Amino acid sequence: MWEYAPAPESRDIANLRPNYRMFVDGQFVEGSGEPLKTVNPATEEVLAEVSTASQSDVDTAVKAARRAYDRVWSKMPGSERAKYIYRIARQIQERGRELAVLETLDNGKPIKESRDVDVPTAASHFFYHAGWADKLDHAGYGPDPKPLGVAGQVIPWNFPLLMAAWKIAPALACGNTVVLKPAETTPLTALVLADIIAQCDLPPGVVNIIPGAGDVGAALVGHEDVNKVAFTGSTDVGKIIQGQLAGTDKKLTLELGGKAANIVFDDAPLDQAVEGIVNGIFFNQGHVCCAGSRLLVQESIADELLEKLHARVSTLRVGDPLDKNTDVGAINSREQLAKIKELTESGEAEGAQRWTSSCPLPDKGFFFAPTVFSNVSQAMRIAREEIFGPVLSVLTFRTPEEAVAKANNTPYGLSAGIWTEKGSRILWMAQRMRAGVVWSNTFNRFDPTAPFGGYQESGFGREGGRTGLEAYLDV
Amino acid sequence: MAAPTTLPSALADAVRDESSLRRFLHGLPGVDQVGVEQRAAGLGTRSIKKAAKLHAIDLAISMVDLTTLEGADTPGKVRGLAAKARRPDPERPDVPKVAAVCVYPDMVKTAADELVGTGINVASVATAFPSGRSTLDIKLADTRFAVEQGASEVDMVIDRGAFLSGRYGQVFEEIAQVKQACGDAHLKVILETGELVTYDNVRRASWLALLAGGDFIKTSTGKVQPAATLPVTHVMLQAVRDWKSQTGELRGVKPAGGIRTTKDAIKFLVAVNEVAGPEWLDPHLFRFGASTLLNDLLMQRRTQLDGHYSGPDYVTVD
Repeated sequence: MWEYAPAPESRDIANLRPNYRMFVDGQFVEGSGEPLKTVNPATEEVLAEVSTASQSDVDTAVKAARRAYDRVWSKMPGSERAKYIYRIARQIQERGRELAVLETLDNGKPIKESRDVDVPTAASHFFYHAGWADKLDHAGYGPDPKPLGVAGQVIPWNFPLLMAAWKIAPALACGNTVVLKPAETTPLTALVLADIIAQCDLPPGVVNIIPGAGDVGAALVGHEDVNKVAFTGSTDVGKIIQGQLAGTDKKLTLELGGKAANIVFDDAPLDQAVEGIVNGIFFNQGHVCCAGSRLLVQESIADELLEKLHARVSTLRVGDPLDKNTDVGAINSREQLAKIKELTESGEAEGAQRWTSSCPLPDKGFFFAPTVFSNVSQAMRIAREEIFGPVLSVLTFRTPEEAVAKANNTPYGLSAGIWTEKGSRILWMAQRMRAGVVWSNTFNRFDPTAPFGGYQESGFGREGGRTGLEAYLDV
Repeated sequence: MAAPTTLPSALADAVRDESSLRRFLHGLPGVDQVGVEQRAAGLGTRSIKKAAKLHAIDLAISMVDLTTLEGADTPGKVRGLAAKARRPDPERPDVPKVAAVCVYPDMVKTAADELVGTGINVASVATAFPSGRSTLDIKLADTRFAVEQGASEVDMVIDRGAFLSGRYGQVFEEIAQVKQACGDAHLKVILETGELVTYDNVRRASWLALLAGGDFIKTSTGKVQPAATLPVTHVMLQAVRDWKSQTGELRGVKPAGGIRTTKDAIKFLVAVNEVAGPEWLDPHLFRFGASTLLNDLLMQRRTQLDGHYSGPDYVTVD
């Protein structure tokens, strides 16, 4: 046997500090909320204490953003805004290793993902949108599209830095100013991004970052001087926000949950389909709103595919997220782990057949072994509810029509995957999928040029691409 | 067409006649280029350090088919290569010996004489290597000559012209007959993936060679670019893995050409470990066809043990 020796990335690279403060009006300041302790989910140790915003801090931040909008940012030529945004992108690259290690410590995701996906994609979102800043006249929204004003943005814990980039980059490019609340369990990389923004000499107040729990988010999106709200997170909270904003003139985009179908036809490139299924559900421990959590496989190849899938999933290395050879890291929080356990137990109780990888799990920290349920039916909770963990539900179908019907039979509609070697079938299926993103013969590929967003309870509005600019322009 | 081994019924049907063979090969699942290249690049980021690296280096040395296939080869060069094969690092007797020495047929006797009793195999290329452009009779005579001279392994090339024009039966027949001419010698079937171009072709050629009785499937002659790439090797490793799950038999894979550094070799070993499985981490089932790789392995081995780099002057040039 050939055991890979541990190859941990050094945690010193993260420049972890005992205390982090919020970033308002160009300054790092102590918030007057109750400080929160952020935990490394792989070890359960406290990483740092982070100050949080109170209601009055939210008000201060929004006022700072308004001042920056009125006096500087909305008047600045696009070509000048672009320079700042390019600078942020380059600094993210410059401090890429620091950000990657910090993200892995705070979130629990494997270093290979924070290093190869989160950080480079975050930088590319700033690069891409910097390019738009002086070309908005040509974006298809009229000759001189105007910004909206102050954007209040609330982001989740699954891609803390990347989601901050998705939110901040287009807002700035279009001339808006920002108040952003990172997730309660993962505030650290957003605050390093604040440090980068300070280093880049952005005018004070253009970007403000205020950590805190749900109440801070609620105060932010409800603030009367916020013109635009962008939220990524759970469908439940999304509904509350939509209700809260009803009757106001705030513009809203929501990117919520999903229960995506990954559909494999009998003529699919099987080995790559297996990779795509694995990437679809075990990437980022399955903490992905667009995760391919329902596998729909054509009955004639179901046994063969399942056998290959089990063999492949058995090779996934679960453990220390800082180890460069780890494929699946830690579940982000105790609460999330409990939710995953509860839903998998319901799967067993409802009669689905459970298979769990026999990989060893660390003694400490929040870990969950990759799990595949077969013999799942549409009526089971594990086929309907978002598990947001490394748990795949396998269903079968016989005809393309049945695949469409089952794939669309969900209140969500964020993404879908289609695996077939037949081009015409890809197009036929893609037209019928009620999903904002349809991947074919691949899964979980993200690119700033491609708009991302959902149908139905997965939310509305698009992020990324030319289409994504609309959310931050007065059109 | 006669299958050389007893095959499960599904596979026996595949080799019943030319049209069955074609249907079988064209019925294999396709290979998605983007997907296989993404997976190969992803696995290529594995970080192999310390004891795992040292183990990999020794394993890789024991898997080397130390090769010289030049028009300018001489008996003296082949004797030198044999000496290197026996004791790759003269100052370090604990370095494992390589798996085989690989030469042209007329050099087989020289190599065999040098390697008697060492356990190192003599591999000979044959069948009008590297182009394969000759008649079947000449290819069989070439094979028999190599075996008579003392080759215990034969590296044949397939007829790429026949394969690409869809004459799979002809390719099958040729491999099966060469296998017969090999007698007890192990047969490695060179697909020359650089000329097959698509991954779908690589998969079909791999299965064709396995069905016809090849003990190993080998990527390249080393004379055509691109030679051994990681994604091509992934596809071939998938073929032997699937062959095992259908027949229970273990067959080998040999990437050859262009693997020059320890870092590259380790990427291939990671692929062997995680695509085919740890069972294939064995010189009987995986080989590197290489000439310059060995020295880099030796230098990296010294670095691992001594804690510092030495340099090319501390390993022998041939």
